[in-house]
Amino acid sequence: MAETLAIALTKGRILTDTLPLLLAAGIAPAEDATTTRKLQVGTNVPDTSLLLVRASDVPAYVEYGGADIGVTGKDVLLEHNGNGLYEPLDLGIGRCRLVLAGKEGVDPYAKKGLRVATKYPEVTRRYFASRGQQVEIIKLYGSMELAPLVGMADVIVDIMETGSTLKANGLLVLDEIADVSARLIVNKASMKMKHDTIHALIANIKNALLEKAI
Amino acid sequence: MNTQVNQRWQLPEGMDELLPEQAHAVERLRRSIFDLHVSWGYQPVQPPLVEFVDSLLSTAGKDFDRHTFKVADPKSGRMLGIRADMTPQVARIDAHQLGGQGISRLFYMGTVVRAYSDSSDRSRSPIQLGAELFGHQGIASDAEIIRLMLTTLGHVGLRDIHLDLGHVGIFRTLAQRLDLSAADQSALFDLLQRKAESDIAALAGSLGIGERDRDILCSLCSLNGDVTVLERAEQVLGGYGDGMLAAIATLRSIGEALASLPGNTTVHYDLAELRGYHYHSGIVFAAYVPKIGSEIARGGRYDGIGQEFGRSRPATGYSTDLKTLLRVIDAPQELAIQHVILAPDDPSPTLQAAVAKLRASGEIVITDIDGNQQRHYRRVLREQGGNWLVEKL
Repeated sequence: MAETLAIALTKGRILTDTLPLLLAAGIAPAEDATTTRKLQVGTNVPDTSLLLVRASDVPAYVEYGGADIGVTGKDVLLEHNGNGLYEPLDLGIGRCRLVLAGKEGVDPYAKKGLRVATKYPEVTRRYFASRGQQVEIIKLYGSMELAPLVGMADVIVDIMETGSTLKANGLLVLDEIADVSARLIVNKASMKMKHDTIHALIANIKNALLEKAI
Repeated sequence: MNTQVNQRWQLPEGMDELLPEQAHAVERLRRSIFDLHVSWGYQPVQPPLVEFVDSLLSTAGKDFDRHTFKVADPKSGRMLGIRADMTPQVARIDAHQLGGQGISRLFYMGTVVRAYSDSSDRSRSPIQLGAELFGHQGIASDAEIIRLMLTTLGHVGLRDIHLDLGHVGIFRTLAQRLDLSAADQSALFDLLQRKAESDIAALAGSLGIGERDRDILCSLCSLNGDVTVLERAEQVLGGYGDGMLAAIATLRSIGEALASLPGNTTVHYDLAELRGYHYHSGIVFAAYVPKIGSEIARGGRYDGIGQEFGRSRPATGYSTDLKTLLRVIDAPQELAIQHVILAPDDPSPTLQAAVAKLRASGEIVITDIDGNQQRHYRRVLREQGGNWLVEKL
């Protein structure tokens, strides 16, 4: 039985920036992965395929063994909070920061019953718990910046790339929670059972990253 | 919709039940595994489902605190826990109830209940099966337990097993030498479990760990693979003293003791693997099979267990889950019902004797109580000249 390898990626920035790294490791998609409507795309390497899934689903695919390898943001991993994964490589793609933001003059640590709007309830809970603060979390799926403007929440926890969306909506960064970039993640069993293939892949990508850095 | 009525069938998440086919298959597995362990000289024990929390969550059980359902005992007024793992119970039995000085070999099978699932099938009610060897410190007992685990997995039909070996002494020695606080140790432990090399470098930097130690912590993430890893480990980690070298030497000896393994078993080493870190004291191991995204059996050495029950004993053991094994072996489950012999509903002593004889020989005989079952079965009992004979339909 030939060894198979499935790599879970997300369309968009992660896909376009990961494809050159995979190419450096000798893996090229059999068709244009950025435009195809297929969810499973073959590659030039036999039995190796790309799976195109939602960013927040990548950890689940890898943890349950639907994919051996995946690429996803550290923000997604922090929220996933699972232990069934290895995160051997920081790909340096999609760098941004996870921040606490609010209107000017807001002191998030002084207010009792602070309301926080976020796409990241787990990260938010842990962040405030580490400060001994009980907060009320409102889970939203997008446009977090609106919540403080309409008085629905006091602050937000969200990722920030340039800060222009925050600025346009009159919000300020109150604290930086974590640096975010895309990580290569590997299923624990795959790392062991497909040791040689995956180690070679990681080494090749690592070299490509080093060359890019120089 | 009347939800009150319509959802009564629902089970709590992860609390599954076995329907006839699966129950039959699990029981068949259980019996053959029972006999296998007996043939290795292991004796069965059946600890209670519920114990005082204090005993369940002794040193060995501390890792299970979060996983343990707790209830108040109206009778004693004390807190009871529903077992989340049977290992601490078996250690208590060895230390307190049996009390022998020599080697004791015990095995167990039973349902455990977990508040949070840690297996890939999300079950919170696995049927835990395991074996423990108490009273021997050394390679021989670790090797025996690993062989027993692999034999059990092979016995139920698994092939191409991958055995992963690690040693908690490696991280312990490092953490001691770096003089890390408990909180920093736990942060580093978490990152090592995820082999998050860049995060480890960042953490080491923020803790003021020197460049050399930092590089070594990062290199732990890639110290995994075949036996050549041990040579690399000696070079990289040798400077951390005898404890470190002893841990690596132990791994090497275990590997040698397991040189001829049945089936197509591969042995790999992973020096950053720390499963069950808090109560393990020596080697740790896990078994994987192709196509299954998580480990299917695990174990390790946990010396000193039993101290809280009056007797400190060296110990090593493994455990797995019968339901996981059933799911993984994916064997076609033969329905015993297909081989049934249908007997007429007749009190005749000769018929009853014939039925008893067939049942004793292992056949399944069903009485046709409504006289309407012939179309379901292929064999019937019919009287011919005073004798009851099995006829094919």
